[in-house]
Amino acid sequence: MTPEQTSFARQLERLEEIVRRLEAEDLDLDDALKLFEEGVERLRQARERLTVAEAKVKQVLSEHAGKLRVEDFDG
Amino acid sequence: MSHGLDLFGAASPEGAWTVGEVTRQARAVLESGLGPLWVRGEVSGFKSWQSGHWYFALRDRTAQLRCVMFQKDNRRLPGPPTDGMQVFVFGRPTVWEDKGEFRLTVIELLSTERGGLWQLAFEKAKAALQKDGLLDPARKRPLPLYPARLAIVTSKDGAAVRDIIAVTRRRWPFLELFVIPTKVQGDGAEDAICRALALLGRIARLDVAIVGRGGGSREDLWSFNSERVARAVAAVPVPVISAVGHETDTTLCDLVADHAPTPSAAAEAATPDRRDVAADLGQLGARLARGLSHRSERVTQRLDRTLDRLGGAASLLLERHRHQLSALSGRLDALSPLKILERGYSLARDAEGHVLKRIAQFPPGRAFRLRVRDGEVAARATGDEA
Repeated sequence: MTPEQTSFARQLERLEEIVRRLEAEDLDLDDALKLFEEGVERLRQARERLTVAEAKVKQVLSEHAGKLRVEDFDG
Repeated sequence: MSHGLDLFGAASPEGAWTVGEVTRQARAVLESGLGPLWVRGEVSGFKSWQSGHWYFALRDRTAQLRCVMFQKDNRRLPGPPTDGMQVFVFGRPTVWEDKGEFRLTVIELLSTERGGLWQLAFEKAKAALQKDGLLDPARKRPLPLYPARLAIVTSKDGAAVRDIIAVTRRRWPFLELFVIPTKVQGDGAEDAICRALALLGRIARLDVAIVGRGGGSREDLWSFNSERVARAVAAVPVPVISAVGHETDTTLCDLVADHAPTPSAAAEAATPDRRDVAADLGQLGARLARGLSHRSERVTQRLDRTLDRLGGAASLLLERHRHQLSALSGRLDALSPLKILERGYSLARDAEGHVLKRIAQFPPGRAFRLRVRDGEVAARATGDEA
């Protein structure tokens, strides 16, 4: 995974975890607020990701030496 | 013959033919008298030689006919026939001079059995894959929920690649797509597909791969029924979606892959729809807010109980907390607890950001920070409340 998208999956995982903890655990107000604030920030970042532009399309070719060559796909 | 031997003329030992002459002549007579023809019979004594040529006999109740099918002709077929199989062959009768044998050089071979050679080859390869555990359902890997890198192994010019690009762009446009072009039918297609599949393991941080092609005849799709290609699919280190032909087509690659829809459905299987993900985020947001309000209510209740035991001096502060908390609970849709500050509430916190909520946390002279709507104010407890 690319770092951005790894963190997208992680972002959502963490978000789920925060929500679960807020829902289930008997947290101190401090901790609850901190979790909540983190959750809101992660939610904002995740939402922002969903507005990114077009997919990049590349073409992968194998060269004689066995090296990979990646170029833009024009198909 | 070029020197015009009279077939019935050599009546004396002096005029005897050589072996070569008679076999050559027999061949000439046979080839000119019996052109290429279709023959029907039962396969018997089948042997495939190292060279790739096939040798067998065609039999019926009264006779048998030796046949050879050369590699250049039989390689178009999905696989060899088996003994006992009823077939039609098209071939040229000839005499093999070096062995003095009458033979049929077979150019085409069709099985009259249901599914024919194709079915037979399919079942054979399937059994081999099964034996190696490659069809075990437990091998199937789940597809990633939020893929970032997707590779497509297919023809560069087919409709499939265009469909997949269009669908993934619509659903999950954050994807990096890698097209690995390959021949998908005809001579050399199996090799090409295997080579392309081998490249998948070399794309860093690849999440998922789609291999396939659009619809076509059974012959067109045949490369994806090759045992070799199926094994190459099984060896791909990331989850593979096999998308070959139409819904009714099931290839060996489909059986070995982690997931096998049609090419148009493959892109949907590989990606989430960003609208669904946005909706999921919305739900998480709602749960987040509810989770906090839930928490706040419990804390409020606890505060209420404490309130009874504390002197009136504490009530003002506690009341303020309670208001903050119930304001938080009331703002389910607002995704920041700090929104309540806009309504005139403030939040007392120490330098580390801990919320100050007990009298004991406000010794006279204690400095704290008061978070209000538009920022923070440095404050100090005067001790006047007691």
